[in-house]
Amino acid sequence: MKILYHIDQLRQIYQGRTVLDVTELSIRQGEILAVVGPSGAGKSTLLRLLAFLEPPIEGKIVFKDHEFTSLTSEMPLALRRRVTLVFQRPLLINTSVRANVAYGLRLRGERDHSSRVEQALREVGMEKMANVRSRTLSGGEIQRTALARAIVLQPEVLLLDEPTANLDPYNVRLIEDLIQRLNLQHGMTIVLVTHNIFQARRLAHRTALLLDGKLVEVAETGRFFENPTDSRTRAFIQGEWIC
Amino acid sequence: MDAQLGEIILLSLRVSATALFFSSLCGIPAGILLGLNRFPGKRLAIILIYTGMGFPPVVIGLLVYFLLSQQSPLSALPFLPDLFTPEAMILAQIILAFPLVAGFTMTAVQAVDPALRLQVMALGATRAQAALAVLRQAKNGVIAAIVAGFGGIISEVGAVMMVGGNIEGRTRVLTTAIILETRQGNFQTALALGLVLLGIAFVINALLFVLQERWQDA
Repeated sequence: MKILYHIDQLRQIYQGRTVLDVTELSIRQGEILAVVGPSGAGKSTLLRLLAFLEPPIEGKIVFKDHEFTSLTSEMPLALRRRVTLVFQRPLLINTSVRANVAYGLRLRGERDHSSRVEQALREVGMEKMANVRSRTLSGGEIQRTALARAIVLQPEVLLLDEPTANLDPYNVRLIEDLIQRLNLQHGMTIVLVTHNIFQARRLAHRTALLLDGKLVEVAETGRFFENPTDSRTRAFIQGEWIC
Repeated sequence: MDAQLGEIILLSLRVSATALFFSSLCGIPAGILLGLNRFPGKRLAIILIYTGMGFPPVVIGLLVYFLLSQQSPLSALPFLPDLFTPEAMILAQIILAFPLVAGFTMTAVQAVDPALRLQVMALGATRAQAALAVLRQAKNGVIAAIVAGFGGIISEVGAVMMVGGNIEGRTRVLTTAIILETRQGNFQTALALGLVLLGIAFVINALLFVLQERWQDA
């Protein structure tokens, strides 16, 4: 498989505290990589860096032969637009679901987008709620709208930060099915940050454990769960307290 | 008096509307810049804006008077207006309204969830598009900033009196006319002018309020 991202000696520091310190990590084109770890492990920071929303303090991310370092003020817009991040707590604009889904396309100056928007709404099962105002939506509906808003852009890489946190089983199933469909049918590379190790096991080709900002282990999902090489991975999978 | 009154009302509106337009044109972007970005000297800039929000109009009038007077080395600059003209009054009112518009815009922008900008950027927005998205969410606060700017200049008298001179037919506006009529003992006329001023302020604020409500529903 072709390498899409390569991370080298990546460090991110907020107010003097190192929140991420990854020596090396490669993300393959067309894979689903799950990143698991306890709260505060640096998972969301990793996603923001992969989305080129903030430059790292040290090290580099290589994406499509372009380096993203502390000296990069901004990645080229065309490259940045190949990657979309769905946040754990998505914020919608106070307008209709349809307008929210079309928002990213409008930012790109695409006007004739109605068929793509309808398709994205169908993908997340929100087609009947297209005209509903976003402020009346439930948590699951907000998450699904945010996903539609991301997939309508047909990104090469979809970064998902806890996409099913606090959702009911119906919505979890719907979103997990969509993630698998996007990967299988469209070859979309997906990086999935999740607390839910069962979800990682169900969806991911490879799984990585982040602990205190450091990458403990990355392995094929089967091996990660059945035969981990690091004792901390074993402890995390078994639900033990690790530090 | 009717023709004179019409002239005074029109000049008041012209001076304050023009000043509000230019102070909003500069103040809204300045408020966004201060609200969304980090840069050296930002804290000092905010303190200056806050100070400007409470600046006595008469002091602004004094500064503009000095700037435009013959004693000022800058008075020869071609883009500066002459003293005792409506343009000098507009300049003074721009300086008065600018910190109000910038300060309230900055607060409104800062009140928007900081995650919004990041999320819009994650959808492929340029920096300008992301700033615009934040501005849209802060629109009620921005309208309040414009209202505050308008309130600060339509009712002020110190600055326009100093740089305009209250010249009949040239620079007399409602506030300076009220002072003149009161000094001359024409209380009824002064009161009538005061009511006109209040009426204008009410109508313009009502229009801005309707605009705010429409934007909220949009």
